[in-house]
Amino acid sequence: MAKVLMKGNEAMAEAAIMAGCRHYFGYPITPQTEVAAYMAKRMPKIDGGVFLQAESEIAAINMVIGVASTGKRVMTSSSSPGISLKSEGLSYLAGCDLPALVVNVQRGGPGLGGIQPSQSDYFQATRGGGHGDYHMLVLAPSSIQEMVDLTVKGFDLADKYRMTAMILADGTMGQMMEPVSLDVGEVKTYEKPWALTGTKCERKPNIVNSLFLKPDELEVFNNARYAKYAEICKTEAMHEEYRMEDAEICIVAFGIAARVAQNAIDEARARGIKVGMIRPITVWPFPKEALNKAADKVKAFISVELNMGQMIEDVELAIRCRKPVLFCGRSGGMIPTTEDIAVKIAEAAQIGG
Amino acid sequence: MDRKAVKRVTVFAGHYGSGKTNIAVNYALEQRKLFERVAIADLDIVNPYFRSKDAIGVLEENGIRLISSPYANTNVDTPALPAEAYSLVHDRDCRSVIDVGGDDRGALALGRYAPAILEENDYAALLVINKYRPLTATAEDCIEIMREIEASSGIPFTGIVNNSNLGSATTAENVLDSVEYANEVSRIAGIPVVFTCAKPEICRELDGKIENLKPIRLYVRQSFDKKEE
Repeated sequence: MAKVLMKGNEAMAEAAIMAGCRHYFGYPITPQTEVAAYMAKRMPKIDGGVFLQAESEIAAINMVIGVASTGKRVMTSSSSPGISLKSEGLSYLAGCDLPALVVNVQRGGPGLGGIQPSQSDYFQATRGGGHGDYHMLVLAPSSIQEMVDLTVKGFDLADKYRMTAMILADGTMGQMMEPVSLDVGEVKTYEKPWALTGTKCERKPNIVNSLFLKPDELEVFNNARYAKYAEICKTEAMHEEYRMEDAEICIVAFGIAARVAQNAIDEARARGIKVGMIRPITVWPFPKEALNKAADKVKAFISVELNMGQMIEDVELAIRCRKPVLFCGRSGGMIPTTEDIAVKIAEAAQIGG
Repeated sequence: MDRKAVKRVTVFAGHYGSGKTNIAVNYALEQRKLFERVAIADLDIVNPYFRSKDAIGVLEENGIRLISSPYANTNVDTPALPAEAYSLVHDRDCRSVIDVGGDDRGALALGRYAPAILEENDYAALLVINKYRPLTATAEDCIEIMREIEASSGIPFTGIVNNSNLGSATTAENVLDSVEYANEVSRIAGIPVVFTCAKPEICRELDGKIENLKPIRLYVRQSFDKKEE
């Protein structure tokens, strides 16, 4: 299929449609509004397509719960403050073991913060998002093509594990344009015997619920969920390595930060510094094993983030604090420059191997 | 660019992401070679990202006045326009290039200046189109967006700018393949294709193959942009 030029926000919307999503519920917020705007144009032209602008983020996520419980592919999108509003619903989705796709095009925070790009919802996304013991599958694209691919993958994983998949992007990824191929290959579908589709008096009713009257019963569900998470951590962590073959310094960065880091690595390599990158593509599950292996070879890590230092904790945990981990971050809507990263690379190069 | 043929006011409008801002910056720089006083106005009240203010360096160096929302590129998500934007229509000794926000919603802001622009009647309103954008991939899509923008801005388009591209991956063939599409839009809309844009390298490659080919440079590069191969 020929390539087209798309904004990240549009690309996620179109990919969702290609993945079989016919239900989108949202509420506008910069910098993700084009997801909703695109869905508003496209969904009415598709057989069975529903675009609905809800009266609030809270209403939108509850509509998502409703459609998800029928087993249909469903999506919502927002940006940081809006995701906080949806977080109660995210917890309910987890408690009901429902698959859904949620997009967070992050902006600077806390509070209303700003409208420029950020990665400061990393903790919120990777630790579940709302109350209770649970996780979401969190995918962090670093190009517009990956936004397409991971949206499709997100729907697949969500159905496979009956979980919420989140696309963790940022304002710049949402707004920037790149050529993409929309050839997403064959879209897998899953049997959903648990879905609320009407019994037609032929089977016992299915129940989708997150309320348990007996604590021991609730614990059984939580244990089963965590057994599933353990399996996911073993099999679904994704990462990409860049110039790691002989690297003495390993940058860890995801999303937009990884793009700046890649340019900074090329510049440092030209100065003779052996630096590479491990780019987490899933931030939950976190690619712990890849980092732990790298810790055997490199003398230091640098975590590059658009926040005050969040993923750095996962890096330290993954490598069991065996090597120093430096931090390079900007916040509030600022993006680290290649110069910012070069300063940290020089600092790491001073560390004795 | 023919000095006599250039209208005092040139408006660039179209689908969001069609490349209006970059074309407007290039066009203003080209006009500055012919005229002493050139102003470029960013009337985008919809999108706070990727604004003509990003190109402020090259505009200032070349003595082009930038009229932009004081809130562009900030955290103020307010659809506000500066008072000085009225000079676009009142200061008739100055050439004006107007970069309008995307789609019909973006074009609403232009409506405020439309009566004065129409009354002066020395303008070109150019619809920027890109065959490789999914929502303007066919001539029919373009006409739909064109009518929506005209209804919202109150200014009829006078020409088309074919900016069909795939970003940094654009090939000469991509541009050649878009000629027919642009001509189809032109035929249905009843207005000419004023020029076709492409990177300077591609323009050299296509020399003589496309009428009114205009080399367009990308003035704003970001730290997260992939290096050009």
